[in-house]
Amino acid sequence: MTTPTTPTTSTTALTSPTRARLARAAGGTRTRALLRDRLALTGGVIAALFVLAALLAPLISPYDPAQADFENALAQPSWSHWLGTDDLGRDQLSRVFHGLRASLQVGLLAVVLAFVVGVPLGLLAGYYGRFADSTVSRITETMLAFPFLVLAVGLAAILGPSLLNATIAIGISQVPAVIRITRAETLRLKNVDFVAAAVANGGGDGTVLFRHILPNAASALTVQATVGIPAAIIGEALLSFLGLGVQPPEPSLGVMLSSAQSFLAAAPWMAVFPGLAIVAATLAFNLLGDGLRDVLDPRGATR
Amino acid sequence: MTEPVLKVSDLSVSFRSGGRTVHAVDDISYEVRPGEVLAVVGESGCGKSVTSMATMGLLPPTATVTGSVRLGGRELVGASEKELARVRGNDLAMIFQEPMTSLNPVLTVGRQIGEVLRRHQGLSRKQAAERAVELLDLVGIPAPRRRVGEYPHQLSGGMRQRVMIAIAVACDPSVLIADEPTTALDVTVQAGILDVLRSLRERLGTAIVLITHDLGVVADIADRVLVMYAGRVVEHGEVHELYAQPRHPYTNGLLGAVLKPGAEGKRRLPEIPGLVPSLEAQPDACTFAPRCPRATERCTAERPQLDRAACWHPHEVEAR
Repeated sequence: MTTPTTPTTSTTALTSPTRARLARAAGGTRTRALLRDRLALTGGVIAALFVLAALLAPLISPYDPAQADFENALAQPSWSHWLGTDDLGRDQLSRVFHGLRASLQVGLLAVVLAFVVGVPLGLLAGYYGRFADSTVSRITETMLAFPFLVLAVGLAAILGPSLLNATIAIGISQVPAVIRITRAETLRLKNVDFVAAAVANGGGDGTVLFRHILPNAASALTVQATVGIPAAIIGEALLSFLGLGVQPPEPSLGVMLSSAQSFLAAAPWMAVFPGLAIVAATLAFNLLGDGLRDVLDPRGATR
Repeated sequence: MTEPVLKVSDLSVSFRSGGRTVHAVDDISYEVRPGEVLAVVGESGCGKSVTSMATMGLLPPTATVTGSVRLGGRELVGASEKELARVRGNDLAMIFQEPMTSLNPVLTVGRQIGEVLRRHQGLSRKQAAERAVELLDLVGIPAPRRRVGEYPHQLSGGMRQRVMIAIAVACDPSVLIADEPTTALDVTVQAGILDVLRSLRERLGTAIVLITHDLGVVADIADRVLVMYAGRVVEHGEVHELYAQPRHPYTNGLLGAVLKPGAEGKRRLPEIPGLVPSLEAQPDACTFAPRCPRATERCTAERPQLDRAACWHPHEVEAR
């Protein structure tokens, strides 16, 4: 992302990490703007439903997701099995709910990991420049030379198959993007007047970085996070599909797709519903992210 | 007379850029006493701001600073970043030109004032918040108890500049450097800000170094004036003396270029011909010579030393 290094204008005064707090102070204009954006609202609602389903999976699942029932194997969607059953007769709806848990768990943890590693490195590179910048930037560029999913698959293959390792692999694959955005924001903000004023008032590097630069970079980082989550969800599905993530019989949308392959003609619902869940979850988070970007980006107002 | 709180001697600043050296400030000396307002005037690019940044130790590493800046008994040139951070905002504070962008948009003004107090005076969050209200009151912000919880975008430019001043004087600094504090504000707001500075000087005895190109502001508030041209001091003196009888042809030109309402009817405002010389080549000469109506051969061959004015052919005292 290329952030033009325009000096802060009065509109940038609205850039904020504490969006809700500011929104209240400014009469809730941002929250309202987000609610007016129908696509973002739809995305937000769907994303919230998915999060809820994942959180409450053990409570709302009609069956045990690991419980095989060979009498009912490959059953079509019906009132007793809304989304049908798989080749072992396990209830698909319950498995989708539990699969979402894995997806969202990886989605959130991987993004957290990417931020925990990427933000400090981005600040370091952007603020101190010179050697720190060239070292960090060269590593970032090297990693960016590999497509995101290829990098994630490679790392997961090295780390070995497990949900934790899949999370680590996806998180690390997202680090370069986080570094880049943090670095660009830091470069823009370190020359802004209020940072100079903070230094002139005796502020040290820590004050400047964590009280002045990071909070003002938060809106860009928030948007990056909402883009990172769906990417991580797809990453998890891919890794599990390839057998590098969640291990059967544990449910995961990727694992479900993988086992559906052999039954595409006989039981298409085995592939359709987990696939739809992945698409819907990804789309929802992306729409929400787009909406947030429009609301949080001060330049968006003039676009 | 009291001892000066800030004593700058032989301060020179040069920047290296692309193998060439630019002398932004050349051998400047000045001092301010407690409660005194020293105005530094000159046109854009004459080194006013670089001088103040050098005094604060805020120049980038590409700058070479020589000479001495003594605050109280402490030498600031060559001091470590840690020592400087202790002094900045505490004994030596600065107000910037752009009130609109000099405050952090995501923190309340109270937090920003409190930050300085907590850093330098070790106040608790609560004490700092209390003191912030007092400070807002001191700089003339109405309803300070409400304003303290507001964000910068909720305040006007003049209000923000008052907040900047409140931050600067929070720790009761002995010297306040104000770099064009009124330039970005309209005239009525300007007068208010100058009133605040004046009352600070009287109430707290703060010495103020006021950097400006507005000669009206200088006449309004300053005790002494330092006139800079192309990185050098060309004339200095008491404000009344200097305004009444400028010795240096540049000062004379500057004062002549001020519009006096209704003074002489319709006439063309006199200007100083030519442009500020490039700061790269500093010849051993008077830098003003190419534009000076009184220049002679000596002016281009020998550099005049600063007495009251740095000039070989100053205006006579009785000249005006």
